[in-house]
Amino acid sequence: MLRRLRETADTWTLELEPPRQGFEFAPGQFTMLYAFGAGEVPISISGDPARPERLVHTVRAVGPTTRAICSARRGESLVVRGPFGSTWPVEAAEGGDLVVVAGGIGLAPLRPVLYAALARREAFTRIVLLYGARMPDQLLYTAELERLRTQGIEIFLTVDQADEQWRGAVGVVTTLIPRARLDPGRTVAFVCGPEIMMRFTSSSLVQAGIAPERLHVSLERNMKCALGHCGRCQFGPHYICGDGAVFDYPAVEHLLTVPEL
Amino acid sequence: MQTLDEIVASAPIFAELHQDDLLTIAGCSRTAQFAEGEYVFREGQQADVFYLLRRGAVALETFAPGRGPLRLATVHEGEILGWSWLFAPYRWHFDARALESTRAVAFDGECLRGKCDEDHDLGYELMQRFAQIMVSRLQATRFQLLDVYGNGRG
Repeated sequence: MLRRLRETADTWTLELEPPRQGFEFAPGQFTMLYAFGAGEVPISISGDPARPERLVHTVRAVGPTTRAICSARRGESLVVRGPFGSTWPVEAAEGGDLVVVAGGIGLAPLRPVLYAALARREAFTRIVLLYGARMPDQLLYTAELERLRTQGIEIFLTVDQADEQWRGAVGVVTTLIPRARLDPGRTVAFVCGPEIMMRFTSSSLVQAGIAPERLHVSLERNMKCALGHCGRCQFGPHYICGDGAVFDYPAVEHLLTVPEL
Repeated sequence: MQTLDEIVASAPIFAELHQDDLLTIAGCSRTAQFAEGEYVFREGQQADVFYLLRRGAVALETFAPGRGPLRLATVHEGEILGWSWLFAPYRWHFDARALESTRAVAFDGECLRGKCDEDHDLGYELMQRFAQIMVSRLQATRFQLLDVYGNGRG
């Protein structure tokens, strides 16, 4: 552990120093993070894929394992397995508009996409981020988002609840879709957040004219081996750990409404 | 600078309406401006107008004793504010307050209701379009009520 940065009341970004050769990964991948004596959980990598010398995760402390991980101090060690999983097809958006729609901590697995796209800014006509959170103090990376805005990302923010101190938009993240004035024929969209949010958002994007095959979502389920053996993360015919977490929307659209899954 | 006729003709809510209908609607409109913090309308007041926001943003709020104004949603450039003009008793259900300097086109609801009574085809078109707005806002509000970020799973 090199650095721990508090993002919100229950969320921290951790910077880890990997072994000498660095930690190569692609946007969308995750690791299994293990805190000694506490356990292991899958956490998406939230750093810059062009900087393998730093392994960055944004972790929300919601249980004993994640609380232990978020409590790690500078100099302490965490065990990392990975990277695992499929990747956001950033190249599919080249020549057109890349639209990233995030809800809550769902921005963490999508931040590497923004870094990767900015590294090749000329390959995209527009890079758009639509981001919603419950309340203003739960928005992630707020200072960095302002910097990314100056570097060519169009950023639309909204919160579900706010007091009169908040001067921005109030409403769910789907209300940002018409405001972004997307060109459906040129848009490739990546969506990540609570699964209900992803269902509503994907439906709204399709209603806005974006073809389902141009949508991609990142799913999560309880996970154990992350190697496609234990079946703990099975989602219909798919294993989240191997076939996902990033899926083409048509591959999972019909599964998202099956309560038993 | 665009004329009211041009603004109405280019507004998405009025897309594909017959030219005569567009002129009728524009004939019931005027420009409006609101300073930051100014109330566009107040809860309980007569609702005989709706707005197409041209620039700025408006917050929909309700006031709670001891808590002050509670913000429900915001309406932004290009969006429609207000549908209470369509349904008796034609009263606003919430406060609407400009979050920044806001310019809008205001449509006289009583004037349009009269036109719709005379021309049911126009009435049907407007009812369909406002129904779509209401459905979208209802769906968004239901989504908002779910509080999906508050369940600990982020």
